[in-house]
Amino acid sequence: MKADWITRSRLWKSVFRHNLDDTPRNRALTITSNIFLHIHPVKTKIKALDVRFTFCLGGLSLLMFIIEAITGILLMFYYRPVPEYAYTDMKLLEHTVHYGMFLRNMHRWAAHAMVILVMFHMLRVFLTGSYKPPREFNWVVGVILLTSTLLLSFTGYLLPWDQIAFWAITVGSKMAAATPFLGNDGPFKQLLHINEYNDMQYLLLGDNRVWGNALLRFYVLHCVLLPVICIVLIAVHFWRIRKDGGISRPL
Amino acid sequence: MDIVADPQVETEEKEIDPQKEKEVFSFPDLVSREFLAIILACVVLCIWSLAQNAPLKAIADPNWTENPAKAPWYFVGLQEVLVYFDPWIAGVMIPLLIIFGLMAIPFLDPNPAGVGEYNFRDRKFSVSLFMLGFTLWFVLILFGQFLRGPNWQFYWPWEDWGVQKKAEQQLVNFSTLWGYLSVAVYFIVGLGLPALLKPSFYKQLGLRRHLISWILILLMFAVIVKIFLRIAFHVKYILVTPYFSI
Repeated sequence: MKADWITRSRLWKSVFRHNLDDTPRNRALTITSNIFLHIHPVKTKIKALDVRFTFCLGGLSLLMFIIEAITGILLMFYYRPVPEYAYTDMKLLEHTVHYGMFLRNMHRWAAHAMVILVMFHMLRVFLTGSYKPPREFNWVVGVILLTSTLLLSFTGYLLPWDQIAFWAITVGSKMAAATPFLGNDGPFKQLLHINEYNDMQYLLLGDNRVWGNALLRFYVLHCVLLPVICIVLIAVHFWRIRKDGGISRPL
Repeated sequence: MDIVADPQVETEEKEIDPQKEKEVFSFPDLVSREFLAIILACVVLCIWSLAQNAPLKAIADPNWTENPAKAPWYFVGLQEVLVYFDPWIAGVMIPLLIIFGLMAIPFLDPNPAGVGEYNFRDRKFSVSLFMLGFTLWFVLILFGQFLRGPNWQFYWPWEDWGVQKKAEQQLVNFSTLWGYLSVAVYFIVGLGLPALLKPSFYKQLGLRRHLISWILILLMFAVIVKIFLRIAFHVKYILVTPYFSI
């Protein structure tokens, strides 16, 4: 092979610790010597390869999360989370940024896809009894991940700062005001001396209506806090799959 | 001397057991399939993003109310439930109960059958319940997304939103006595009857798990009951108290 000098170079060998001959040893090493692939076991049960068992739903949820992270970071270069600029930046993204609209479309549709995929991943896990011992805890982590996915999507919904965004979040954040004990419109609010300046809705919006503070809060939640929570929980989720005996199969 | 089973021998026996599933190397058999799935998903997503633009309406204006103001689709089901319940139930209690109810499933289901396979036969009860809840979630979403127009009034998809709908018929409440009575009867019968009809299942669950499971199940059915009462008999509240109404 012409390119032998590359794979024989010290530089190449410093990155890839084994050669590419098709031997059982190399097949194993490909998995164990690669940080990304080593989430897999070296060997997999043939039945677990059947697409009709998992429908790739969990893996594709992760893929959507990665696509969201990549397109999201790119979008952050063009977006300012203040009422004066947010909507203008959406328009600029559409009309002046090269592939700006495509970027935003990717981010939006992958988000919808992620919500659907996560919901159906949960359905798949339920129908295959994969929440049963010893996988109970991973199911709980999964439910938190589902909730985080919905919150990620919900916080992202406000950012375009158009009429759909504004009124959807206005309707949604009224629910926070309806929280029992902790919301200004909820039952038993007098017990904790709750008013419209210290209730759950105020905590969520930084105000008692949707405006600049809410936009900034949702932006930070959407771009920093929730993704970090998701990354940590995804790590736990994947690690626990392996620790709980791999992908579920009949006993 | 009797031969005591040696753990070492046992594992060796297992390894030559023909029942044991066959394994293949994850690389390339699993990784190549994942790679294909990734490429396919990316292609679909790219085509979708080229064909359809993400929506963007006019700039946010607090003085111009969108009517109807719809939540993102995955929350439209909850918004639809707002018709039938006060916001603290529809917007707070129901979502919290769904989340904690889902988390509780592995600790409430005593049935060890059906791990790692699509098995309805041995799990009729749990699978039916879960499918009911899952379907309800999506039916409510479809209802709210496609059949609700201005002022959250009912409109068929082919109906013109410009045509005003009549206000809903006068709503009625249960009287206080009937309210307390019906809620009490619902829960007492709902918690008692399954234990009487299926004593073996009750024994398997134990009192604590029985109560938690059936309260969650009854609450889910209560949502359906309340929707039915509202649509069929125009009932607004079943139970009216000075502090809250259900």
